[in-house]
Amino acid sequence: MIPERWLNGAILLGMLAVPLWAWADGAPFTITLATKVAILALAGVGLNIALGLGGLVSLGHAVFFGLGGYAMGILASHAQSFVPLAETPFLIEGTKSMPVIWLVAVVVSALAALMIGLLCLRTSGVYFIMITLAFGQMFYYFAISWPRYGGEDGLSIYVRNSFPGLNTLDPIQFFGICFAALAAALWLHGRLIASPFGLALNAARQSPARVETIGLSPFRLRLTAFVISGAITGLAGALFADLNRFVSPTMFSWQLSGEIIIFIILGGIGRLYGPVVGAALFVTLEHVLGGFSEFWQVYLGALLLAVVLVARGGLIGLVAGRERPHE
Amino acid sequence: MSEPVLEVQGLTKHFGAVTACERVSLDLRPGEIHAVIGPNGAGKSTLIAQICGGLRPDAGQVKFLGEDVTALDTRARARMGLARTFQISALAMEDTVLQNAILGALGARGGTPGFLGRALKDKGLREAAEAALTRVGLNDVAATRTAELSHGQRRQLEVAVALTLRPRAFVMDEPMAGMGSEGSARLTRFLSELRHEAPILLVEHDMDAVFALADRLSVLVYGRIIATGSVAEIRANRQVRQAYLGEER
Repeated sequence: MIPERWLNGAILLGMLAVPLWAWADGAPFTITLATKVAILALAGVGLNIALGLGGLVSLGHAVFFGLGGYAMGILASHAQSFVPLAETPFLIEGTKSMPVIWLVAVVVSALAALMIGLLCLRTSGVYFIMITLAFGQMFYYFAISWPRYGGEDGLSIYVRNSFPGLNTLDPIQFFGICFAALAAALWLHGRLIASPFGLALNAARQSPARVETIGLSPFRLRLTAFVISGAITGLAGALFADLNRFVSPTMFSWQLSGEIIIFIILGGIGRLYGPVVGAALFVTLEHVLGGFSEFWQVYLGALLLAVVLVARGGLIGLVAGRERPHE
Repeated sequence: MSEPVLEVQGLTKHFGAVTACERVSLDLRPGEIHAVIGPNGAGKSTLIAQICGGLRPDAGQVKFLGEDVTALDTRARARMGLARTFQISALAMEDTVLQNAILGALGARGGTPGFLGRALKDKGLREAAEAALTRVGLNDVAATRTAELSHGQRRQLEVAVALTLRPRAFVMDEPMAGMGSEGSARLTRFLSELRHEAPILLVEHDMDAVFALADRLSVLVYGRIIATGSVAEIRANRQVRQAYLGEER
């Protein structure tokens, strides 16, 4: 068994090495794939905070992914058409600046997570899964039936948004941005796990009655985790939209919520680097098997079954063994 | 006589046609162990749930530290210093013994738990947790996963978590349940000392422990308290002997 810490270091190095090698080799498509992995892993890290640490199986995280995407799409489309978003009560213009878009994406997703969490977290288990799914579908159909921003056809953005001091059109530089966001989210998740908040949240997952008898509220702990989780997944959505220069209602679809869960299960629920491994495997399979067959997801399904049946700790658990209590 | 720390008056709870608790009154005075005994199904768990805040009574009042807490929830009562231990251990089984104790210390500190600091490196939390573990004799196994503890050790950890809250009163739901005779004897000695720190309302099946420890006893049968008094008084009470102790004669 390899210590998890080393394994995590190796995964992070691998995440850096592949696109750098592709860059030296002049293979921009590989860099794009690696960027996709980093962004989807970021969405997974977001969900992992709710699911792994808080035990909240949300089947509606596409809501935040989609909101982040539409935050980017709406702001950038107004910027490219030079039509302000609003003129009353004060002028709000569109923007092509990534930091501003990210801020909007994070704030909007966090607010949505707060509202959704306030309602959903009163339930648990299967009911929680179903209500989060219902919210996801509500946003999905709303996006489809809102013609102003493309409706079913989605929104195209002609030029990637800008980041001060960087050329975001250069694949390796955009990868760098996404990788930095992922690394920051992993750092935050790592700190949360070891923090008093993480300890209490983790205990609320295992024994809510205990947490209540020591005077803390499991509901508030979970709500906080849900908001942090939604905000990170929202940031991933904004980056994903920028990667494709395209936003569409599929970013809100329940299939996407399911895929984010699959990343986590493949990598290992609650394992810090689980979503990174899961997303990397998912994108690789999609790319390699997708070349052979349209029905590549059959193989993904078989792999998922194997992981669930054989390796309960996911792929990280298979290599690093059982999770050690957090120090 | 000094003011009671915890006072229950006329507590009544119905579940449909079943009366689980009928006009129950009892009090817990400083420095004492007040034991509640009764056959299975007498309503002991319902009574504890109402005292600790998990269940709202249909009628009656719970007073803690002179304040009416009937309308307060479990968390508010815990923050006032009412510490409860569970009959079936309610611990975070995947976590270490130390982490469980730190959770208690975190609750005692109050406020929102921090996000970026390290719980195990927090000196205040750690010292409070380690002190409580040392007192119940679990400091050797602090780094062990709770799921790997013996049943008796889990009971000790329940008490340790309650200790970290620096409570004004304890409510203990069968702390000796499932313990071996040696562990039970050790815990008995420990509780005997603990009562001077904060009084203990003890719900217990282990009669040896109850008779050894209790300053006063209340006997609960079918949701009603049929007698309250010293150990000697209860032993001599004919009604109690018929209803309950008679079975063991």
